[in-house]
Amino acid sequence: MSGPQRAATRPLSPHLQIWRYHVTMLASITHRITGAALYFGTFLIAAWLVALAISPDAFAAMQGIITSIPGKVILFLWAVAVLFHLFNGIRHLMWDGPGIGFSPKVASNVSVFIYALAILGAVALMFAAGAF
Amino acid sequence: MSQGQFLTPTKTARGLGSAKSGTAHHIRLRVAALALLVLVPLALYAVISISSAGYDGARAWVAQPLHATLLILTAGAVSYHMRLGMQVIIEDYIAKTGMRTTLLILNTFAAIAMFVAVAMAVVQIWIAG
Repeated sequence: MSGPQRAATRPLSPHLQIWRYHVTMLASITHRITGAALYFGTFLIAAWLVALAISPDAFAAMQGIITSIPGKVILFLWAVAVLFHLFNGIRHLMWDGPGIGFSPKVASNVSVFIYALAILGAVALMFAAGAF
Repeated sequence: MSQGQFLTPTKTARGLGSAKSGTAHHIRLRVAALALLVLVPLALYAVISISSAGYDGARAWVAQPLHATLLILTAGAVSYHMRLGMQVIIEDYIAKTGMRTTLLILNTFAAIAMFVAVAMAVVQIWIAG
């Protein structure tokens, strides 16, 4: 029964517009979006290390890209994504393991807190890296 | 005699997806996440150290045995975690079997390629000193 007809026969979850906006829902999709972004960002970090292994010229070229304005923007967004995914990941582990943080009020507050922490933390990281 | 009359609901659902490897996937994703809880902050420290050290300083940083070990461990855990995570995204959004299978295979190749590239780079720097 698996195969080409799977798409037609399997039920779909309710579509996006049926849900009322809630900050936990935004945090949920942000976790997935940051995860996907980090997937591709990882290849940039890997390329940086590979350049370091190849030659001074290759490393200088990568440094040139990273220290350019678009490079810094990408690096900042990468840092935000890393921190958001890390902090929200800790929350997922709290949910899955000890089962803490499920009440609507706590879940909402923690969501806002994680957004703030990720952005502020990324700014701090950029300062630490001397990128600002 | 109509087909399905003697089939239990379990039998009709089996093979249509899920209920096979989901639990193992769920646990693996989280075990890798636990490792990354420790490794990612160290990797951020590495990025900061490398970015401000210049070519020679960056190579010297990576060439430290502890740093080299941590970088390879991080690349391994990241490769595993990102492969499992992207697998879920592909399975959620890509319904067409051919495209889905192609992307799942590419996902595996990409994750392994990333790990090997980082591991080789770190080993090269470590050996060269």
